[in-house]
Amino acid sequence: MKGWIIPVSLLILAEAFARIHGIASDSLASPSQILVAAWEILLDGSLLTRASQTLLAALSGLAIGGGLGLFLAVVLGLVPPLARLLRYPIEAFRPIPSIATLPIVLMIYGFGYRMEIAVIAFACFWPVLIIGQSAIAGIEPRLIEVSRVLGLNFFGRATKIALPAAMPRLFLAFRQAAAVSLIVAVTAEIAMNPQGLGFELMAAQSSLRPQVMFAILLYVGLIGWSLNALLLALQRRLFSFAAAAKVSA
Amino acid sequence: MGVAPFRAKLRSAGAAEPIIALSEVSLWLGGREILQDVTLALGRGEFVCVVGPSGCGKTTLLRLMAGLLRPDSGSVTYNGRPVTAPANDVALIFQDYTKALLPWRSAAGNVSLALEARGVRKADRRPQILDLLEKVGLTQHADKFPGQLSGGMQQRLQIARCLAQGPSVLLMDEPFGALDAMTRQGLQDEVLNLVASSGTSALFVTHDLEEAIYLGDRVIALHPNPGRVAQVFEVGLPRPRDQLSTRELPAFLKLRRALFDFVQEHEH
Repeated sequence: MKGWIIPVSLLILAEAFARIHGIASDSLASPSQILVAAWEILLDGSLLTRASQTLLAALSGLAIGGGLGLFLAVVLGLVPPLARLLRYPIEAFRPIPSIATLPIVLMIYGFGYRMEIAVIAFACFWPVLIIGQSAIAGIEPRLIEVSRVLGLNFFGRATKIALPAAMPRLFLAFRQAAAVSLIVAVTAEIAMNPQGLGFELMAAQSSLRPQVMFAILLYVGLIGWSLNALLLALQRRLFSFAAAAKVSA
Repeated sequence: MGVAPFRAKLRSAGAAEPIIALSEVSLWLGGREILQDVTLALGRGEFVCVVGPSGCGKTTLLRLMAGLLRPDSGSVTYNGRPVTAPANDVALIFQDYTKALLPWRSAAGNVSLALEARGVRKADRRPQILDLLEKVGLTQHADKFPGQLSGGMQQRLQIARCLAQGPSVLLMDEPFGALDAMTRQGLQDEVLNLVASSGTSALFVTHDLEEAIYLGDRVIALHPNPGRVAQVFEVGLPRPRDQLSTRELPAFLKLRRALFDFVQEHEH
């Protein structure tokens, strides 16, 4: 309850300020104007179109980049010589800001989904690879011994021991990558790609409709929040054994 | 059941027909000699305990027998063949049950893992799992996760998983070291019963001298730094053993005295 006091009073203050001064600005809008705009773009379907474009790109990029990252993390985790071989290439490519690849990717794919997905995939690949590698490396060595003593084959060891043991941290990697995917999607749309929420944001700005701009910002935040909440709920469901252990302890 | 004479017969044959044998085994780890010229044998159907201070290579000895380690020199044989990798009918019970159990699998799921590794078909697993959980008294807890079980129950669960391997040899690495005295005594008797009823050979590592005498047919004492066999004590106490009366037998007390004296003498 207390957490609401400051945001709500700020909103009331902003509304009061806007009404008293009667601002007619190209860059600001009153909370009530923003809410009206939010309602309008929800009704006329433009929000849904743009949001689904952004989400489609973000989730595809997450799936491709995260999937590749996960695969490489497991392979490198289980084959240490390969990990040593790829150490420097990985360290060289990882610091490249994903947005910096935009011009190159644009030359390859042109405007549209493919270039946006490629940039998002590049951005999502790294956190999953790096966290994933340390997740595999951090598996309790006793469990690997158990799998050897029980006589599990390599495939059984990977699927019955390594992946489930690393799963909580792998999931964390995907949650981080999901946040990154949305950021990069909107950024790519603002910078270049004429689609999605980022593009709509720029369109609202250049047509001097600040209330629409802020309404879209509101929705971007809402989508990011829901995506994280969804993944958190999934995490709780999947790893109920950990919670159960805590309750009984 | 006639288990006792049957076991006695096997024991006398034990020396002649070892199931696992180490011959002049030496092992170095991280530039340190852990084991030096260790020669010992586990007879078929025999229950051997290994005692010794920390740093005497007890755990390393077990890992060699389990095929998790290879010796630098000398040989480890199982049924007369050199051990190169873990055999699926040699089971190893770890002391740290919290680390050895899969926390994301229920009790039944943990037992199932051993059956899956053996390639038991899905339809055949359930009855075997329930049977094994009943053997260790965990029937009521089949669907609980390890984190929801007490320490004693978790160790029972690990024992059930090892039994699911259908082992000919049970290797145990201080399995009850982390448990309280009452739980420990209960589990000692359970292990003796399980071993007696299945005819499994057992090698039991412990630092508790009384536990070693109570359980074993023989007690092997090791020297530390580097680990080597110091002395072998024949136990020869009657079976089945009983927590109260066995521990009061003059032969038990005499052995206890001998072992304690031995350890004191070699403390430094």
